[in-house]
Amino acid sequence: MASETGSKILRTVPREKAFYFFTSIGNYTGASAVSLKEFMEKINEVNIKSLEFHLYRADFEKWISEVLEDAWLAGEMRRLQKFGLTGEALRDQLYLTVSRRLKRLMSPLGPLQF
Amino acid sequence: MQGAETQLKLKHNVASLDKADLEILKALQEDSRQTYTAIGKRLGIAHSTVYDRIRKMEQQKVITNYAALVDLEKVGVKNITAMMTVYTDPKETERVAEELTKSPEVLEVYTSLSDELLIIAKVVAPSQEDLHAFVANSVAPLQGVLRIRTSIVTKKLKETHFLITSHLKGLPL
Repeated sequence: MASETGSKILRTVPREKAFYFFTSIGNYTGASAVSLKEFMEKINEVNIKSLEFHLYRADFEKWISEVLEDAWLAGEMRRLQKFGLTGEALRDQLYLTVSRRLKRLMSPLGPLQF
Repeated sequence: MQGAETQLKLKHNVASLDKADLEILKALQEDSRQTYTAIGKRLGIAHSTVYDRIRKMEQQKVITNYAALVDLEKVGVKNITAMMTVYTDPKETERVAEELTKSPEVLEVYTSLSDELLIIAKVVAPSQEDLHAFVANSVAPLQGVLRIRTSIVTKKLKETHFLITSHLKGLPL
């Protein structure tokens, strides 16, 4: 059972607050995510250009912070930018970071235990 | 040139115009500020006839508007222009197109059938970031939008409206 904070972060947000994956300015891939779980799934599916585009514009960080309200994961996104990863290495690291966070949020220990 | 007053009849929502009407439209498209007298003199008809025909064409919505064309750069507005192609679920195309017409950022909206049904729209924004924010926050979330391709215009080589002159070429004098 997730904690109260965990449940808030794990909630499904309205369509207008979803994360929309673009590959460049104005070019929408058709993929979107309305929850952290769906966000993790889409990381594995979308064009790698989309991950590179959004990570280095701090779009992931902003959405996770402002919409999902997960300050810890937003911080991890900010930290990832500094690694300068691209391509599949970036996809792998993003997936690992988000999936670990998701697992932790869903555990009885709660979101703040690492 | 016909001197008699023309009755503008609407058939299938299309007004029936004669050569004089088309010549008046041509004159107005070149310069809508010129007087009825100037147009009449140019076409060899009375200014009252010009007035009457213009009034009828306004009533029939053949003439929809008189507007000033403004060079935005000279007033300090430096928008970027983009052509946006929106691929949609065919069932939602009309509704998405209708939604786009409500946005001030969207200047023109067209639907088209190529390999799939799509919407083409001309969009303006103050910057690339504003353009992206508009597409991400106002277009992508619309129900039925499958994907979007946006091309930012880098150089404008021609921009004009269809002139009635082209239509006149096929008419007898």
